[in-house]
Amino acid sequence: MQFWIIQGLNSLSLGGLLFLLSSGFSLIFGLMRLANLTHGAFFMLGTYFGATALRSFDGLNIWVTALGAGIAVAAIGGLFERLVLTRLKTNPLGQVLVTLGMSFIISDACLLLWGGDSIPVPTPRNLQAPTRVFGLVFPTYRLVLVGCAVATAIALYFLLERTRLGAMIRAGVDDRQMARAVGIPVSNLFTIVFCLGAGIAGAGGVLGGPILSAYPGLDADMLPLALIVVILGGIGSLLGAFIGSFIIGFIYTFGTALFPELAYIILFLPMIFVIAFRPQGLFGRVGA
Amino acid sequence: MKWIAVAPLAALLVLLPSFAGDFYINLASQILIAAIFALSLNLLVGYGGMTSLGHASYLGVAAYISALLTSRYGFGHGLAAIISIGGTTAMAAFFGVIALRATGLGFLMITLALSQVLWGLAYRMSGVTNGDNGIAGLTRPTPFGLSLDSPASFYWFALIVTAFAFLMMAIFVSSAFGSSLKGVRDQPRRMAALGFNPWMIRWITFIYAGFWGGVSGLLYVYYNKYIHPTSLSTTSSAEALLGVIAGGSGTLGGPVVGAALVLLLKNYASAYIERWNMLLGLVFLFIVLVMPTGIVPGLNRLATALRRGPR
Amino acid sequence: MTPMTSDYALEVVNLKKAFGGLTVTHSVSLAVKPGERRLIIGPNGAGKTTLFNQISGDLRPNAGAIRLFGTDVTFFTPYKRAHFGLSRTYQIITLFSDDTLEHNVTLGLLGLRPSRWQMWRPLSHYSDLATEARRTLDAVGLLHLAEHPVSDIAYGEKRRVELAMALAQKPRVLLLDEPLAGLSNTERAQVKSLIASIPRETAVIMIEHDMDTALDLAETVTLLNYGRVIVDGERDAVVADERTREVYLGA
Repeated sequence: MQFWIIQGLNSLSLGGLLFLLSSGFSLIFGLMRLANLTHGAFFMLGTYFGATALRSFDGLNIWVTALGAGIAVAAIGGLFERLVLTRLKTNPLGQVLVTLGMSFIISDACLLLWGGDSIPVPTPRNLQAPTRVFGLVFPTYRLVLVGCAVATAIALYFLLERTRLGAMIRAGVDDRQMARAVGIPVSNLFTIVFCLGAGIAGAGGVLGGPILSAYPGLDADMLPLALIVVILGGIGSLLGAFIGSFIIGFIYTFGTALFPELAYIILFLPMIFVIAFRPQGLFGRVGA
Repeated sequence: MKWIAVAPLAALLVLLPSFAGDFYINLASQILIAAIFALSLNLLVGYGGMTSLGHASYLGVAAYISALLTSRYGFGHGLAAIISIGGTTAMAAFFGVIALRATGLGFLMITLALSQVLWGLAYRMSGVTNGDNGIAGLTRPTPFGLSLDSPASFYWFALIVTAFAFLMMAIFVSSAFGSSLKGVRDQPRRMAALGFNPWMIRWITFIYAGFWGGVSGLLYVYYNKYIHPTSLSTTSSAEALLGVIAGGSGTLGGPVVGAALVLLLKNYASAYIERWNMLLGLVFLFIVLVMPTGIVPGLNRLATALRRGPR
Repeated sequence: MTPMTSDYALEVVNLKKAFGGLTVTHSVSLAVKPGERRLIIGPNGAGKTTLFNQISGDLRPNAGAIRLFGTDVTFFTPYKRAHFGLSRTYQIITLFSDDTLEHNVTLGLLGLRPSRWQMWRPLSHYSDLATEARRTLDAVGLLHLAEHPVSDIAYGEKRRVELAMALAQKPRVLLLDEPLAGLSNTERAQVKSLIASIPRETAVIMIEHDMDTALDLAETVTLLNYGRVIVDGERDAVVADERTREVYLGA
C-alpha cells in the first residue's frame, strides 16, 4: 500500500515537473509552429544554475533562485530567437536544425562549466520536514512541486484567457496570417512567447533540481518526455499539456518502478495509441 | 553525371591503400560507412521531403542484432547479416506506419521520440545489450574465406558495398518511383489527383531508407568491432542530418561530401577540442544560416555559371 | 452500396459540408451526363471550389454521396478517384516548377500506369512515355518548350500545361477550376479553343467567372449561391432565368 502511495506521489511530482517543462514547449510550438529542440537544454541550464546557486549560498530561497534562473534562461532564449530564429522565418526545417544545434552548444557548455559528475541539489531547508497526512508521511517538497505546477497552470490560464497579450497569442495560434492582418505584432509576440517558454523551462529546471539532480544528459532525458507529453496532449493546448504531463508522469513512474527495463516501451505505447487514433492529440487545436 | 570526372576519382579510390598509410585507409573506410548512412537518410530528407531525426535507429539496431547474434548466440556472419537487415527493415516498416501519421514537424518529432525510445532501451536493458558498456570483442565477417582484418582489405570491402549502394540509390532516384517520390515531395495534392498514392510512396521510401541505414550499421559494427548505445543517439542522427544538409540534400553527391566533411571535422576537431558537440552545434548554425542549400548545389551553380560564361 | 450502371458520369446527391458552425454546402445535388459540358457559376463564396474539392476527394463531406458512373466514390481517396477516370485542374498552378514541361506531362501519364512503381529502371528507359508526353505537348502547341523548366514559361502557357496533364490521362470526368483566370486575351482564346476541342468521351465540368467566354463552351449551367443550387438546366434557360439575374444584380 505504502508503495502505491509513494509512487503515486512521485507520479504527481514528476507530472508537475513535466508540465513546467512542456507548457513552454507547447506554447512555442502552438504559436511559432516551431519544435524547439533546445527546450530540454533550457531546462537543464536552469537545473545547473539552481544547483550552483543553492549549494553556494546556504539558505537561498528556492523561489527567488527559480525566478532568477528563469529570467536568465529567458534572456538567453530571447537572444537566440532574435539573432538566429528570426533570420530563418522562411525555413522551418532550418529553424528546427538550429534549435538542435543550440541544444548541443548549451549541453556541451554545461559539461565544460560544471564537469561530468552529477550534482545533487539540496532540498530547501524549510521544506525538508515531511508532511503528515492521515498517518502517512510524505516528502513535503514533492507536494510543493505539484502546487507549483498548478499555480503555473493557473497563471498561464489567466495570461492566455484574460489578458490582451494572451488574446493576441491565442489569435496567433489559431491563424497567424489573420492575426498579422489585424495588426498584431506577430514577430514581437514570437520573441515574447519564446522567452516565456524558455523562462518557464529554466525555472522548472531549478525546481526539479532537488528531485533530478543536475547531470550531463538531463536535457536528452527530458526532451523526449516533453515531446511525448505534447504529442499526447495536443499541440497548442495548455489543458492538453497539463493532463498529458500527469498521465506521462504516472506512466513513467509506475513503469520504471514495476518494469525498469521496459520503461521506455511503456511510455511509447500511449504515444503510438494517440498517433494512430487521434493524431491531433487529446486536446489539440493545431495539426502537427 | 560527369563520367569524365568519375574515372580518375574511381581509380583514386581503388588505389588508395597503395599509397596511403593505415590511418588514412581507416579514415576512408569510416567515410564510406558514413556516406552510405547519409545517402540513406537523404532518400528521406532530400528526395522525399521527410526530415527524420531518428535515422540512427536503423544503423544501431542492425549493428546490435548482428553483434548479439554473432557474439552471444554463435550465429555465423552470413545468417546474422540477413536476420539483422531483415529485422531492421521490418522495424522501419513498423516505425514508418507510425511516423507517417504526420508530416513535417510532427513527423520529425515522432522519429525523434521513437529513436530516443530505442536509445533508452539500449541503455536500460543491460541484460540484453550490456547497457553503457556496449558489446565488444566482435569479429569481422570473412566473405568467401577472405579476412577483412587488415585496413586495406576492409576498405575494399566497404568500397564495393558503398559503390553498390550508391548505384542502387542512383537508379532508385532516377526511376519512375523516384520521380513519383520527388513529385510527392513537391506537390502532394497534385500527385494524388494524378493517381499516385502519396502515403504508399512515402512508406516504401521510408522502408528502403531504413534498409540502407541497416546496411551502413552492419559495416559500422564490422569496422569498429564494438557497438555502444551512443550510435543510436540523437547526436548520431544529427551528425548524419548535418552531413546531408551541409553537402546538399536532393543530390547524390551532396550527402557523400557532407558526411566526409562531418567525419573529418569530428576526427580532427576532437584531437584539439574536447567539446565536439559544441562545435557540431555551431557548425549547424553556420550552415543553416549561411549555406542553406549545401555545398554541392553551391558548387553546381558555380560550375553552371562558369560554363555559361559572362552574360 | 452495390455498384450499378448509371446514365450519369457524375452524380452528386444531397451533399453537405460544414466547417464548425459554417455550412458551406447545403444539400447540393447535380447530375452530369457522359460527354456533357457543364458550367458552374455563382458569386464569390458560393462554395464552388469547396464542391470541387469534395468531388475530387480533397474534402470529406459531412453528408451525401458522390457517384462516378454509378459507383459510390464518397469515401474514395483522391488517387483512387483518378483511377476511376476523374481529373482536375486547380485555381492555383500546382505544377512542378523546377522540372521540364516534358517531365511534368510524363508524371501525368505515369499516374495511372503500373510502371509508376518501378524502382529498378531509370525513367528515361520508357521511351513510349516520352513520345506520348511530347505528343500531348504538341496537341496544346507547347512542344517547342518541352525541355524548358516550368518556372521559365509564361502563366498562360502554364495553364495549358495543366490542361495537357489533365487530358493526358484521358479522363471520363474533368473538373476545371477557373481555367481562364488571370489570362490575357490571346491566352484566353488559346485555352478556350483547347477546352472546346476536348473529346466527347470526357464530361467537362467547369467553374468560371469569365462568363462571356465560358458560356460559349457550356451546354448546361448550374448556379450556386450560399452553398445552394439556385438554378440548374440548359444554358439559355438558366441565363434567361429570373433567379440568375437576382443573384448577380440583386442583394
